[in-house]
Amino acid sequence: MSNLMTNHYEAAAVILFGIGFMNLLLARNLIKKFIGLNIMDTAVYLFLAAKGYITSRAAPIITEGTIARVEDYINPVPSGLVLTGIVVSVSVTAFSLALVQRLYKHYGSLDLDEIMEKAKKEGKV
Amino acid sequence: MINEKKEKSKWRHFVDWVNGEEVIEKPERISFQKINKKILKKLFQKYIWSERKKAAFYLIMCTFVCVVFIGILLHTVSALPYFGSSTNPASNEVVQRYIESGVKETGATNIVTGMILEYRAFDTFGEANVLFLAAICVVMLLKKDKYNTTEKQKAEQEEEKAFDTEDENIILKRVANVLTPLLFLFGIYVVLNGHISPGGGFSGGAIMGAGLILYACVNGQQKAQRFFTYKTFLYMNVISLLTYCLLKGYSFFTGANHLPDIIPKGVPGELLSGGLILPLNICVGIIVMCTIYGFYALFTKGDI
Repeated sequence: MSNLMTNHYEAAAVILFGIGFMNLLLARNLIKKFIGLNIMDTAVYLFLAAKGYITSRAAPIITEGTIARVEDYINPVPSGLVLTGIVVSVSVTAFSLALVQRLYKHYGSLDLDEIMEKAKKEGKV
Repeated sequence: MINEKKEKSKWRHFVDWVNGEEVIEKPERISFQKINKKILKKLFQKYIWSERKKAAFYLIMCTFVCVVFIGILLHTVSALPYFGSSTNPASNEVVQRYIESGVKETGATNIVTGMILEYRAFDTFGEANVLFLAAICVVMLLKKDKYNTTEKQKAEQEEEKAFDTEDENIILKRVANVLTPLLFLFGIYVVLNGHISPGGGFSGGAIMGAGLILYACVNGQQKAQRFFTYKTFLYMNVISLLTYCLLKGYSFFTGANHLPDIIPKGVPGELLSGGLILPLNICVGIIVMCTIYGFYALFTKGDI
């Protein structure tokens, strides 16, 4: 358990992930559901950034006149992975919100249960 | 015949059934059972397993699953290597190679940019494609044209347009008109300096997109359409994507690690250095800018 105190960034990321997951499962409003999805994404970025950090080392931008030694810089790979994650999450969020807008235009509601009921009445489910 | 059948013993029935001479007819009793089952199911749904109880069960199970999930993940986290330790298995020989020979091989002093636009440029190409696809999907879903707008929606749009042009927020408009060029300048700076300082195509493109959004938000979409129309959006996106594809596809086909010097690497740390990284950064920046502004315009007005 003492390890959890040292790894508190990762622990916070994991708890955030759980909160986002619960929001995704329980929220009735579709937009709130996608807010939950975004919280999950953010938790993943926090986790990756925390795993890439190394104490008392600089960001991997090499200044002029210094010799690039691996002992001076943090891990650059998780930073690249976070970039990929951000792009994918933006795209997925935009696409899903566009679908939500179309659903709202058709059914006049953002509540998932209401939408399902109306769809059943139309015989589409 | 019927009498004979009645006289047969159960064993005789069975033997005939095995020989295939007799078909056991379904007694009517079973259909009674079916009806009973249906009634039972209805009663069960009404009193024991009602919709309210279903919802409560769903809520409790979701909470339970999430708590267990968080518990398992926390247990895993407690077994991970220490935060900030240099002996983390993730910092292995790949990282060493990237940092120690990254500047020499890519010409970019920002190792992250060198990594994502040189060693892993194909991955970044995929990212740009994902953004482009998302933008095209949103266009498909939300773009309003003469086929999918009713008269009422058209009237609403006209009203909004009038509201955009007639409304005079002088302070807001003046400040926004001063801020927009500054935002663009800063975005261009971040894109162009992506390989020698923090930043790059994605962040710079997001800043430029924010500038466009601010302009369109304050002055109305019609004024923004004077220089940024749907055609501009499409052409800029597609041309940048194709440029990226051609530049990087060429270097991958000819052997990714032995780049022919299309553009010389230059002195690391200068603005015009890093070989292909600078043009690739510009392409990515344009794609991100167009996509972000496109999202905003499509979600608010349904038109770019």
